[in-house]
Amino acid sequence: MGQEILMIALAYLKAFAVGGSICLIAQIIINFTDLTAGKILVYFMLAGVALTAIGVYQPLVDFAGAGATVPISGFGYLLANGAMKGAEKGFFYAVTGSLSAASAGVTAAVVFAFIMSLIFKSRTKRN
Amino acid sequence: MKKGNTVFFKNKPRVESFAAVCGSKEKEGIIGQYADIALDDDMYGESTFEKAECKMLTTAISQCMEKGGKSEKDVDVLLSGDLLNQIISASFAARDYDLPFLGVYSACSTMSESIMLAAMLVNAGYVKRAIAATGSHFASAERQYRYPLELGCTRPPQSQWTVTGAGGCMIAAKDEGVKIVSATMGKVCDYGVTDVNNMGAAMAPAAADTIIQHLKDTGTQPSDYDMILTGDLGALGSRIVKDLSWEKGYDISKVHVDCGEIVYKVIESEFQGGSGAGCSAIVFNSYVLKKMQAGLYKRILFAATGALLSTVSSGQGESIPCISHAVELEL
Amino acid sequence: MTGKTKENYNSNYLNYVKTQIPPTRHFKNCLSAFGVGGLICCIGQFIRFMLEYIGLSGDELAGTTSVVLIFLGCLLTGLGVYDRIGRYAGAGSIVPITGFANSVTSPAIEFKTEGWIYGMAAKMFTVAGAIVVFGVISGVIVGLIYYFI
Repeated sequence: MGQEILMIALAYLKAFAVGGSICLIAQIIINFTDLTAGKILVYFMLAGVALTAIGVYQPLVDFAGAGATVPISGFGYLLANGAMKGAEKGFFYAVTGSLSAASAGVTAAVVFAFIMSLIFKSRTKRN
Repeated sequence: MKKGNTVFFKNKPRVESFAAVCGSKEKEGIIGQYADIALDDDMYGESTFEKAECKMLTTAISQCMEKGGKSEKDVDVLLSGDLLNQIISASFAARDYDLPFLGVYSACSTMSESIMLAAMLVNAGYVKRAIAATGSHFASAERQYRYPLELGCTRPPQSQWTVTGAGGCMIAAKDEGVKIVSATMGKVCDYGVTDVNNMGAAMAPAAADTIIQHLKDTGTQPSDYDMILTGDLGALGSRIVKDLSWEKGYDISKVHVDCGEIVYKVIESEFQGGSGAGCSAIVFNSYVLKKMQAGLYKRILFAATGALLSTVSSGQGESIPCISHAVELEL
Repeated sequence: MTGKTKENYNSNYLNYVKTQIPPTRHFKNCLSAFGVGGLICCIGQFIRFMLEYIGLSGDELAGTTSVVLIFLGCLLTGLGVYDRIGRYAGAGSIVPITGFANSVTSPAIEFKTEGWIYGMAAKMFTVAGAIVVFGVISGVIVGLIYYFI
């Protein structure tokens, strides 16, 4: 029992450390360049794809769990992973595999954004 | 009469009345107690930000006429502009009036440009009474120039906050009140600043250029003025404009005041102060003119600055050309 | 004129402006980015454990975790909370998948006043569209490389 709690605590700790570090790297890049939020998202996603393709990201995911999959680089990991798995099945799946793997995320974003836009309206800010 | 880039008004058009409407954030600052109407709700009871901006401008224009005891038939022309594409707020506000309308655009310096043009028309005798008005709204400007409001992006320390508010003044040929003595038409200045968050640094050279041009043309010194008022340079831009004019041999540091810097309580590490067409409009048409009427300031130079960029030009990597027009007022 | 003939003066001015800009607070920014980013990942881990507990596994588990996080990101954006977190946390709230949700939801809410089709729907991906476009392109490239080698 004690062992199990320790394992869970360790999993949270690893997620926090790795996820936080990825955000920290992004913040350092933002501080020293004038990259905007949109560009940072794209670069980190591309970095996730590249690192997965050369086989570096998978060990990180195995190690940190949500710490590596929750940041946007994890979205790149999903895309690349889908493409790599698809490539084993054939040409058609090599091309379509990436987006089918990421379809859950994109679908969720579109559907929930639509629902939120039905419910809420934007408010002006004061600070 | 013209000397250099400065026009001197022989017939001395006067500011007959003025009005300002400010939003809820501005209400907490120094302007709150001077503005005619301080809103608690930035939507002003409308469904979109653009409609709210238009309504504020309409209110400012109507207040102007009311305070001067005049109606639409006494006014000959309305000069107005704003920050939105195709100056929709001003045009839509003009829709409500039975008045000839001249649209003016020079970004945040729209207030001084429209006052200058109104004074020119009145001085020449073409019109008896003209209204100059402008306004801006934080939410509509943010959406047009930057990002959607709810996007969680950080605000760099050099950025400014667009003022929610509108102001206007009625200029007429009469014998009493604050008179408009001269006006300097500004040149477009571009020192190559490309950072759209750093408007203060982009606009400061234009402000310095126009202020120095005015001082040269009129043969005056900064100490001859009770106040040299710039539009929305913010804390950073104010520092730069003082440095730039000091470099050219004019020390304006004692009399310089910036609307953007005084409109909010500025904590400089957070952001630089207010910006937008409404910034100079509400400060000038409430705080400054009221103090002038009370005799606290005898002679001021009002040089609002504008950044003439669009999202297309900044997207294509162009630098930010800026302009500043100056109007000299005397009691 | 002023822009082109004063090239030298321009670079002087731009260097001067750089010295005037208030310093970015690196340490505070980085600390809040690390803390908030880590916290969001911990929430992700918590959701993962909960879903694992009710019997999901593999791709289904990973997919559902991100769907739940995206839902939370969209909801907080709608409630007008996410941009406040973003102002404080910087990259800490941009980089997690909730930041992607935020970048999709915020234009959708903002532009619905311009109509449902050309406003809400067409502008939904003004910020996040780049992620989908480059994601698909890079995914296809990776797929093709792995197919041919």
